[in-house]
Amino acid sequence: MIQRSLGLFAGLFVLILLIGWVMGAPFTSSRLVEAAAYALIALGLNIQWGYGGLFNFGIMGFLMVGGAAVTFISAPVNPVFWGSEGPAMLGRALLAFAAGALIVWGARKADRVGISGRWKTALTVLAWFVAYVLYRSQLDPAAAYIESAVGGGWIGGLGGHPVLGWAFGGVLAAGIAFVVGKISLGLRTDYLAIATIGISEIIRALIKNMDWLTRGTLTVSPIPWPTPLPQAYQAGGMDNLTALIAARGGFLVLALVVLAVVLWLISRAYAGPWGRMMRSIRDNHIAATSMGKNVTARQLEIFVFGSVLMGIGGAMLVSFVQIFDPSSYQPINHTFLIWVMVIVGGAGNNWGALFGAVLLWLIWVVSEPLSKAVFDLVSMWSTNVGWGAIPEIEARSAQMRVFVLGLVITIALRFAPKGLIPEVVKREA
Amino acid sequence: MTELVFFTNQVVISGLVLGCIYALGAVGITLIFGILRFAHFAHSELMTGGAFIAFLLASAFAAWGIVTPIPTGFVVLPIAMVLAAILALGIDKGFYAPLRKRGAKPVTLLIASIGVTLMVQGLIRLFFGAGSYSFFETETKEVFRFDLTAIGSTRPLVITEPQVLMVVVTFVSVLALHFFLTRSRLGKAMRAMADNADLAQVSGINTALVVRVTWVVAGALACMAGTMLALDVTLKPDLAFNIIIPIFAAAIVGGLGQAYGAIAGGLLIGFAESLAVFNWTMVLRPLNAVLPDWLQLPATLALVPTEYKLTVAFVILVVVLLVRPTGIFKGASS
Repeated sequence: MIQRSLGLFAGLFVLILLIGWVMGAPFTSSRLVEAAAYALIALGLNIQWGYGGLFNFGIMGFLMVGGAAVTFISAPVNPVFWGSEGPAMLGRALLAFAAGALIVWGARKADRVGISGRWKTALTVLAWFVAYVLYRSQLDPAAAYIESAVGGGWIGGLGGHPVLGWAFGGVLAAGIAFVVGKISLGLRTDYLAIATIGISEIIRALIKNMDWLTRGTLTVSPIPWPTPLPQAYQAGGMDNLTALIAARGGFLVLALVVLAVVLWLISRAYAGPWGRMMRSIRDNHIAATSMGKNVTARQLEIFVFGSVLMGIGGAMLVSFVQIFDPSSYQPINHTFLIWVMVIVGGAGNNWGALFGAVLLWLIWVVSEPLSKAVFDLVSMWSTNVGWGAIPEIEARSAQMRVFVLGLVITIALRFAPKGLIPEVVKREA
Repeated sequence: MTELVFFTNQVVISGLVLGCIYALGAVGITLIFGILRFAHFAHSELMTGGAFIAFLLASAFAAWGIVTPIPTGFVVLPIAMVLAAILALGIDKGFYAPLRKRGAKPVTLLIASIGVTLMVQGLIRLFFGAGSYSFFETETKEVFRFDLTAIGSTRPLVITEPQVLMVVVTFVSVLALHFFLTRSRLGKAMRAMADNADLAQVSGINTALVVRVTWVVAGALACMAGTMLALDVTLKPDLAFNIIIPIFAAAIVGGLGQAYGAIAGGLLIGFAESLAVFNWTMVLRPLNAVLPDWLQLPATLALVPTEYKLTVAFVILVVVLLVRPTGIFKGASS
């Protein structure tokens, strides 16, 4: 087992060197940083699915939450907004939200005053409606005002350090995961998958359209880096290429430190009693319940922990590319890709998830240039035999990675359903 | 009356059209779930693939110079449905049957269906690019405008020819499906297997045949839904991928495994989406004359802004899962 893993990682290393040699250092260095962030996200999913057997298909939503969080913390302060009436209006909207929450809470407790059954249901629905109207009546003018030129366009950031933003991304993702988990963790696998997809689409619609909060499709950039930018190295007298590599190397080191700490922590958790309990819940939750484990609470716990890693990873990706663009998030790129990473790598094994994340990210990014090269060859051949060239090679090869991803997962399910580095089941003799 | 006609144009017609498409897609999903017990994500690709098959056939018809009285898309629909059914059978044989034989869990099949989604999506994009196509490049999309000045409306009632045909075709196929499920031997076998697969098998039902029939029905209906959606709007590679979750919502709201529930759920979600973004001011404007100045209606008074239209389905989905996870009609247990 160990030998096989070492062999696979050695192969991966050779692949990275090969890509670096063919595609050049600037391409490879930024892909590696992204791979580290994706590895973090894949570890998050591995906790949820591999340790706990939870079917989270809403990864995209958590990545967006992380991205929005790091934007909010680290983007520069917007003085126009703070000087305008915007904060006061937002405060009123927040008050309206609190009042609405109070109304709904009150309606749900209506049986205390003798209203129950159908009447209580009707009252609850009415309370939700009133709360919604109340909130919208305060928020809509505030949003319109902030989005106008007088309001500053959007609320701006806090100008904090990006690493703080990563942490905040984790915290925010945890909060949202808690709510989502409370709502949907009681559901069976298929229902849970669909519910989480639905929730992540709601999150996407909100972040995309709340221009006052996230700037929406207008995008925020540039978002500062936690490590010195290439420009800083250039100012120190380096030439462009070396500065680029040095700056990305710095970011990569920081990302790898975070990754190593996380990997160490979750590996310890996996080997400890907590991890054993989680696996027992995953394999047979009825037996686990009969042993006195609070299955619902434990599942919520693991859902939140996994989502924290997704939030941090999502924040890292955004601060690396320096732009938060809500319309660039797609279920294929940000949910299904992560699932393929974990399943191909080996669900339940951290090294497997790590391996799968780096391998799949490399496959994902090289399949476009690779298929372009193949198309060019075929096109040359078809021109020679007189059938004419293949039209729109660029656009077509850009779509090939989706096909390649589907092919990889299909082959993996058929021939290595447990993944390349499967979970090690230890049995006490 | 103008207001009522406006309401009909904006809510009743668009909700009905959307509801029909959701219903046809959801029936396929719910049948597959009932028989094979897994959420078939690649249904969206059956829809898109079916629509592209129909598009190719329609283009071929146009190239041969065949002119039809109704839009060519509807004429080629039966052929496209047969081809889509074969495609569905092929996908099952190639991807799901080997996993089932190994005794894989439904979860694995779900992930496999996502793999199929990605592959079909990739292939469609490979051949057709990322652009959009229209069935009405060579023929015109007829728009019926009913002048209703006689009953005091300044606006005409607007409905397009594909929309009329779509509602009729959906109605006919739902009726046909109803008779198939309740009257034919195979249909009864399907319902028996959905209720209890083991019991169905020991009572001599050919389960392998039932599985094949399920794929044929689901594939054909998916092709119908996809083609009609493409006829109503435009054909693009992510045509159905974007609406697969509302379709799942329709199937769950109706109760997974319940064919009639799926139809009801589809119409419910369709109407809910059009109602939620409807601008009530347009209908209630006459009230402005009687209302005091401080209570004049704002220019837009919709339940949710238009950009959140698709979210309505997700919110309904989440609420239904919370309040009644088995759906309106009791479906497979959660």
